[in-house]
Amino acid sequence: MIIFDRVSVQYDGAATPVLRDVDVHVAEGELCLVVGQTGTGKSTLLRTVNGLVPHFTGGTVTGRVLVDGRDTREHRPRDLADVVGFVGQDPRAGVVAEIVEDELAFGMEWLGLPPDVMRRRVEETLDLLGLADVRRRAITTLSGGQRQRVAIGAALIAHPRILVLDEPTSALDPQAAEDVLAALHRLVHDLGTTVLLAEHRLERVVQYADHIVHLPGSGSAVAGEPAAIMETAPVAPPVVELGRLAGWSPLPLSVRDARRAAAPLRERLVELEPARVPHVASAAADDVWRARPRSRGRATPVHATVDDGPAPPHAPARPAHGTRSRLAGGARSRLARLLRRRTRHAAGSLPGDETLCSISELAVQYGETVALRDVSLDVRAGEIVAVMGRNGAGKSSLLAAAVGMVTPAAGQIRTGGIDPRNNDPATVIRVAGLVPQDPADLLYADSTGAECLTADRDAGVPEGSCRALLHELAPDITDGRHPRDLSEGQRLALALAVVLVARPPLVLLDEPTRGLDYAAKQRLAIIIRRLAADGHAVVLATHDVELVAELATRVVVVADGELVADGPTADVVVGSPVFAPQVAKILAPQSWLTVSEVEAALHSPSAPTP
Amino acid sequence: MNSTMGDLRLPRALHAGAWWLWALGLATAASRTTNPVLLLLLIAAAAYVVAARRGSEPWSRSFVAFLKLGLLVLGIRVGIHMLFVSSPGGSTVLFRLPELTLPEWAAGIKVGGPVTLEATMLALYDGLRLAAILACIGAANALADARRLLRSVPGALYEVGVALVVAMTFAPRLVEDAGRIRRAHQLRGRRLRGVRLISRIGKPVLEGSLERSLDLAAAMDSRGFGRAAAIHPRYRRSSGPLVLTGLIGICIGMYGLLNGGVASGVGPVGLGVGLVLAVSGFVLGGRGSLRTRYRPDPWRLPEWLVVGSGAVVAASFIVAAVRGDPGMDVMVVPLIVPGIPLLAAAGALAALLPAWASPPPPRMATEAPS
Repeated sequence: MIIFDRVSVQYDGAATPVLRDVDVHVAEGELCLVVGQTGTGKSTLLRTVNGLVPHFTGGTVTGRVLVDGRDTREHRPRDLADVVGFVGQDPRAGVVAEIVEDELAFGMEWLGLPPDVMRRRVEETLDLLGLADVRRRAITTLSGGQRQRVAIGAALIAHPRILVLDEPTSALDPQAAEDVLAALHRLVHDLGTTVLLAEHRLERVVQYADHIVHLPGSGSAVAGEPAAIMETAPVAPPVVELGRLAGWSPLPLSVRDARRAAAPLRERLVELEPARVPHVASAAADDVWRARPRSRGRATPVHATVDDGPAPPHAPARPAHGTRSRLAGGARSRLARLLRRRTRHAAGSLPGDETLCSISELAVQYGETVALRDVSLDVRAGEIVAVMGRNGAGKSSLLAAAVGMVTPAAGQIRTGGIDPRNNDPATVIRVAGLVPQDPADLLYADSTGAECLTADRDAGVPEGSCRALLHELAPDITDGRHPRDLSEGQRLALALAVVLVARPPLVLLDEPTRGLDYAAKQRLAIIIRRLAADGHAVVLATHDVELVAELATRVVVVADGELVADGPTADVVVGSPVFAPQVAKILAPQSWLTVSEVEAALHSPSAPTP
Repeated sequence: MNSTMGDLRLPRALHAGAWWLWALGLATAASRTTNPVLLLLLIAAAAYVVAARRGSEPWSRSFVAFLKLGLLVLGIRVGIHMLFVSSPGGSTVLFRLPELTLPEWAAGIKVGGPVTLEATMLALYDGLRLAAILACIGAANALADARRLLRSVPGALYEVGVALVVAMTFAPRLVEDAGRIRRAHQLRGRRLRGVRLISRIGKPVLEGSLERSLDLAAAMDSRGFGRAAAIHPRYRRSSGPLVLTGLIGICIGMYGLLNGGVASGVGPVGLGVGLVLAVSGFVLGGRGSLRTRYRPDPWRLPEWLVVGSGAVVAASFIVAAVRGDPGMDVMVVPLIVPGIPLLAAAGALAALLPAWASPPPPRMATEAPS
């Protein structure tokens, strides 16, 4: 169906080709997954399929791409529109119409489908993607997930034989992502559509793939069976990592397969306990963090010293001998709470125990819509709080309220002892820093160096502070780079440095892992742990259950503007069909969250030998 | 009979083109008179129809803005007349402004000096005419969705129409972007206002929109925008010149109709010939095109009635003006209370017809953004 015949792509002005001699065949009716780190040419590969590369982007393409027998050299994207449906990375960018229905119909009009067919297809697509109740709504008023589904609907509505999607689920909450993937699955199985898909969140899609094209970064491409590729791929979802750790063969790709293979592992783990001490940064790194000059006259919480003091008191205390029967669950969490309170009481004199943000009975209203209602939340130093929930549930509003970006309709907010709404922004950034969903919003200078200098001035700290901080977070960014040319991960690091330079004790991140590959996510996780160990409190709004499992000490679930759950990560996510990470699903009813926990337990001296 | 009643009673959005043609009829009528009573009658009729038939969309509330704009135009016109224009021969001096003595070479220009009632009234009538035309445009704007109008342009212009619609959809995002970037500034500890705000926000907003328009173009291309293979080149070649000549003919014809000074035959003939040429060009250009339309707006009896009402208004005013009915052009020297020409007044009342002869707009459940 799609034939890449020794395809190389080199953009104008680039020193090396993005793709080199790619020789891949995608058969009809396959779901083919393209994996690889940021910048390895995933998007370029996808864009050659409908001729956007090179007809639209320029650059030199050698070799040929045959799509349903048509050569992309002779066919422009618009001439391939009846064969290839394309969904770009940013669902906002491709919107051409005002309302959902017209957006869906746009492509069909140009393909000349008869009006009655169009009408029927629109109705079918609205149902398929669950958009029927927003059909007359303006697209600008939709949530991110709804927008993404509209974009996918607009591409698949004309029933193209090939569907190409560039990270279709990166902006979606777990449930919406499931819906979208289920729809794709149905297309592949029932209609024989060929799907080519790039995705960072392998844990969501790898089980559906018939074929994987791996771009290792050298420009070449390796294609093969998912299990074979996953055996050695450096990027792998937790289910695969667990499989590798346990030595399962064949390597399971879905939670279901892994569960069936996991019985012996569960047996071995039954006597063990996850050691859930927050990861402590190395002393050297910690020194750099603490050595930063403080701005004058500000009440900074004295940062908890992690390397020479006791572990921060908010590590969710776990009972030493947990019984694993379901009956004991309630008693256990009560015990956990008691223990935690006692710990906190005992550690009451520790400076890290201070409440950095206190929200009580908060309500936020936009026009007629109530975004948040009766929300109370305290965030203490050293905590990593994950705010989870559907797209549009009010996560972003909660974060924005904490820094005074929205006016509460009711309730009280004290961030760092002040009301962020009634204080000057320059004061607020010293108590709380928010990195917005699109970190590029924060950046407006022409170069990274200039950006850092502006940030120093904004925060009133000595010149060079931001630069030094950035070097810590992402050492490979040079001063002259334009912020727009940075990769997603580098841009996030820069935005984070800009925010952190004012040394706010409370750091809020809105969807930080969107568009990040596994390596960038790992770096972010290290940074966040270090911040928490340093006495900051970190709040992240995220859909990424794996990141939450690995990182968060506490999870807050927001639904329909209300807090529906608040507790230690394991208590909240284990057993939740939506928020549980893969490892928890595989090893349930035991409460393991990450592969590294399992690994550490297996290697501990108390582990029984298999 | 039942289906006719259904056409008139069942709520639906009237074809946007019908509203615009009706409003153009009213505007044509307004341009042919300076009689304030007739002009106010036209404005009132337009306002009544707007109140009766506007929908619940954001632009439906724009009529008042256009009325205010009209008032502003009126005020400016009267003010400038008072200041700069010498009186048309009237002698009723209202008051005197301090006069500026200008050098010899600037003879004929007056700054300040006596302000006569006659000059003021003349400016008032003229300004009122402009305000009435603005009100007609405002009415069309409030009643019809400009996007739907562009989407229902003839096949030959469809690509242009779609491009304009996309541009219109794009514009509000600039505002959204600006808001986001302003909030981001606050996150960096600044509260910006005024000129500094614009200079700080302008560049990122423009950069972002440029980037996004490239993405948009790519998306439109991938979805088949501009697949022209379906139109035979012969049709395409002949339709362009036809449409162009036709449009020129229509322009000449409109000028003839609106301007009383041109020989009376030029208007109708030019308009007629131009229309025939343009329509045939559009038909040729649209023929053989494979492109189809999703849920095109129907054109049924109510549309004809609404357009007809606009045509009646325009025709009655034009006839009255051509016949020279007393009261169509109001004299200011000597200043008299204007009489009311019966034909034109009756015509102006015909503008009210759409308030009953068109289906009520659909009441959408207004959903707030989530």
